[in-house]
Amino acid sequence: MKRSRIPVLTTWAVLIFFYLPIFVLIIHSFNASRFSGAWEGFSLRWYIRLFSERDIWLALKNTLIVATATTVLSMVLGTIAAFALHRFNSRLQKVHYTLIYTPLVVPDILMGISLLLFFVAIGLQLGLLTIFLAHTSFCVSYVALVVLARLQDFDFAIIEAAQDLGANWWTTTWRVLLPLLAPGIAAGGLLAFTLSIDDFVITFFVTGPGATTLPIQIYSMIKHGAPPLINALSTLLLIVTFVIVWTIQHLTQEEHV
Amino acid sequence: MADFLQFNEVTKHYGSLTAVNGVSLNIKRGEFFSLLGPSGCGKTTLLRMLAGFERPDKGRVMLDGEDITERPPNKRKVNTIFQNYALFPHLTVRDNIAFGLRVAHVAEATIKQQVDEMIDLIQLGAHAHKKPHQISGGQKQRVAIARALINKPEVLLLDEPLAALDLKLRQRMLLELDQIHDQVGITFLYVTHDQGEAMSLSDRIAVMHEGRIEQLGTPAEIYETPHSSFVAAFIGDTNFFDGRVETVVDKDYCQLRIDGFPSVICYNDKRKQPQDLVHLSVRPEKFRLSLEQPSLPPQHNLVEGTVQEVVYLGSQTKYLVNVQDYSLAITQQHSRFLLDQRPIKWEDRVWVWWHADDGYMLDRYREQDEALLEMPAH
Repeated sequence: MKRSRIPVLTTWAVLIFFYLPIFVLIIHSFNASRFSGAWEGFSLRWYIRLFSERDIWLALKNTLIVATATTVLSMVLGTIAAFALHRFNSRLQKVHYTLIYTPLVVPDILMGISLLLFFVAIGLQLGLLTIFLAHTSFCVSYVALVVLARLQDFDFAIIEAAQDLGANWWTTTWRVLLPLLAPGIAAGGLLAFTLSIDDFVITFFVTGPGATTLPIQIYSMIKHGAPPLINALSTLLLIVTFVIVWTIQHLTQEEHV
Repeated sequence: MADFLQFNEVTKHYGSLTAVNGVSLNIKRGEFFSLLGPSGCGKTTLLRMLAGFERPDKGRVMLDGEDITERPPNKRKVNTIFQNYALFPHLTVRDNIAFGLRVAHVAEATIKQQVDEMIDLIQLGAHAHKKPHQISGGQKQRVAIARALINKPEVLLLDEPLAALDLKLRQRMLLELDQIHDQVGITFLYVTHDQGEAMSLSDRIAVMHEGRIEQLGTPAEIYETPHSSFVAAFIGDTNFFDGRVETVVDKDYCQLRIDGFPSVICYNDKRKQPQDLVHLSVRPEKFRLSLEQPSLPPQHNLVEGTVQEVVYLGSQTKYLVNVQDYSLAITQQHSRFLLDQRPIKWEDRVWVWWHADDGYMLDRYREQDEALLEMPAH
């Protein structure tokens, strides 16, 4: 019997739908033309132009500062939260779990508005600090859920075994607990990093004068019309994101060895 | 001299549940000691209190004259073989075994030499560089033993160490554990629910039930002279009869009244008096069985019954024989097989007899034990 070709066709259709726009964007980033319409030959001029744009460098610096700080704090808080959820049994645990889970499903725009109102209410100057706090507030949830998944198939008899063999609390954490949880924590951290780098909506609400991140910079560039430059910048961002996603997958795969 | 390892009046509650209830236990140096009982009897809690993972609510734990009740697990000279081995998945076999020495900051050269010796002992030289998930269950078991023994503990605790292995491997590891105990000569405390494991390995066994020690003794003592109906039923199979003492014959024997039976003679080591209510326990292999009525010397009991079931097992045959209201489990060895002798078959009328010394009188069991006694034999 001849196999149906429908699955193959749908697969290709989906892939094209997903990746053709990105592919077009990458191609155009190498287009010498000022306008995206026609192909005028291969060129790296937009990439070279990128390096002379001071605003973009400033935005990149801001983005990396926020993303790094967010990643570190979310990894610490997220791991602690995951432990609290996993190790303690109380009737409040369901509530805790919901509280951790909620930022994942609440629309960004709601998060943005509420965080803005909150920061204004407590009189905090809008800027990099508020962006960092806002990013951390939802990245903690991602880290917590990734680490929690890892804790769920963690055999705590191993911790007792380490103590039994003479290890104190510190040695047990350092030699057994952290090495085993590291892939989960790192995967959560990388997730937080990518989410922070490309967040637009929430950042847009809580940003202040001078605190421009890359997504916001790109948005304002589109408004002032510099498409080829944006194509080049987006391609670079895409590469960074791909590398990170690939690393996360690599780390989470190791869990199942 | 005080015993090497002592539990003094140890009690442990979990919420409203009493896991261990005032247990006192003395274990000698070098002894292979087993805690045996059904799940939830408190045996694992007792072991965990010795390892240091649980603190008793009351009572003391003493090791070699020292009170170790409050000492954390990493400060005790005891090591544990965990039920699922709890090997470190991120470390190789070699690093797993070396863990205890590394933590104790032993010099690397010494560690290497001692680990090499251990790996030789457990014959895993070819697997030393592998991670735990790459080796078999039996090999994991051996790594767990090596990882514990390299620290030269004073007591080795084994928490159902064979439960995760299949039958054949279990029998082989049983022999290996026995040999290792002979080689290292330290005290082993072995926790199991499997009476076969406990019987074959132990110098002494404590049978536990509902947080208490029901009986303590050598395997033979526990099998042949159980102190309670619970022990009799939990260790091996047995047949129970409800009886009442009729007359005391002399200082050793008495006559029992069992409904539907002729007067039964029984060894009276418990000095029971007329009208006392008792259980008579007779092990399946203590019965004899024949088609013709035998002529018996005194001190024997003889009843007639109908064969309900015959299970031929090669080395032995199991019969179920209905006698009055009782269905007796009877096991017969085939000492010799005679072709011309008619084998006992289903629905045959047979004669069943046993010697007075092979029946064993017990107090009537408590209500809550009854469910357990009705459990199918393991």
